[in-house]
Amino acid sequence: MASVPDIFVKPAPVAPHAMFPRMYVIQQVRKETADTFTLVLEDRSGGPKIKFAPGQFNMVYVFGVGEIPISISSDPASSVLVHTTRAVGTVTRVMAGLRRGDAVGIRGPFGTVWPVHEAHGHDIVIVAGGIGLAPLRSALYEVLSQREAFGKVVLLYGTRTPSDILFREELEQWRARFDLEVYVTVDRAQPGWRGNVGVVTTLIHKLPFDPQKTTAMICGPEIMMRFAALELQKRGVGPDSIYLSLERNMKCGIGLCGHCQFGPYFVCKDGPVFRYSRVKDLLVKREI
Amino acid sequence: METLERILGEHPFFQNLDEPYLQLVTGCASNVRFEPDACIFREGEEANQFYLIRQGRVALQILAPDRGPITVETLEEGDILGWSWLIPPYNWHFDARALELTRAIALDAKCLRRKCEEDHNLGYELLKRFGHIMEQRLSSTRLQLLDMYGVRS
Repeated sequence: MASVPDIFVKPAPVAPHAMFPRMYVIQQVRKETADTFTLVLEDRSGGPKIKFAPGQFNMVYVFGVGEIPISISSDPASSVLVHTTRAVGTVTRVMAGLRRGDAVGIRGPFGTVWPVHEAHGHDIVIVAGGIGLAPLRSALYEVLSQREAFGKVVLLYGTRTPSDILFREELEQWRARFDLEVYVTVDRAQPGWRGNVGVVTTLIHKLPFDPQKTTAMICGPEIMMRFAALELQKRGVGPDSIYLSLERNMKCGIGLCGHCQFGPYFVCKDGPVFRYSRVKDLLVKREI
Repeated sequence: METLERILGEHPFFQNLDEPYLQLVTGCASNVRFEPDACIFREGEEANQFYLIRQGRVALQILAPDRGPITVETLEEGDILGWSWLIPPYNWHFDARALELTRAIALDAKCLRRKCEEDHNLGYELLKRFGHIMEQRLSSTRLQLLDMYGVRS
């Protein structure tokens, strides 16, 4: 079976700003949903532009409050840095109150990347759940920038309710493309919703892709990722061709502090993007 | 020309069903079409059909006081709609409404129930196939109930 060579997921290069935050200024704050927002950031440090690859994350520092890991959701071709997150903890709640012109500190980028280049010639299946669409947004932009290099490209997106749908405008633009299939489903419908209702995994068995030549990228709640991987395997996609992005308690970003240890791995350094075959047994281990 | 027998035979639900059984099932089948917003069946009505959706999308709904119809699941091309015909007292537990123009093959459940009673091998074959669908729907419902995307408190 054709699968991506094992050299992937390769270790991330050491971030040039691993230990010392660079100053970024907020260009725009976008409210995506009731509890989710996007920061568009501009580098004001004066140093060389930081390059990232889809799948990587930054440690974002709200001065005087704390630092948290957030996946990068920018279009890799864009000159600005974009982070989308949910206001759920101390740092993100303060972050949600920041305004244009405020500054944050950025360390990174850290971690492994989605296998976009390695998947050339394959069909691409992207399965996103909830806020998990944010880390996959960069990957999708990269795929679309090299669209002719892939077979079918399918985006599956599941959320809790229609009000929780992220990146609505972009979803509409993506849906209008002839070279991209987009399916959106919600767990709970609201009045007026005429789209799909049901968990995102139920759509996988109907998707148009060649399982022998498919690379799947999944990001969302861990339960959803496990079930999505199972459904993909039922369709014949090998565990070596399925990738998922894990989230743990990342602190240092370079595998030193040990907070994000996941079995033999440090998620900040060996992940967050893992080949499913490497972690599938760990995902169901209670002792980790 | 597409015959009902060929369409049914190619549907994953009836795959590998013995030819005589397929012919028998075909004898209970007919093409149906529902306009957008058409009611396919209502909660409490007798469940005397099930459907193989060939095109379109169907919402399974439940009516709640002050909230109107709530869609609990949508089904589309390739899906099977309805299993209440299998289980006494053979009444629908939900409403089904076409969200868009929907074409389906309707299977006459009274006819099928009678044939299943006469031939338990056919009954067992159909039960196994419905059991698989029920297992999938139950798993999906459990995931929906988990509220996976909700904020953990």
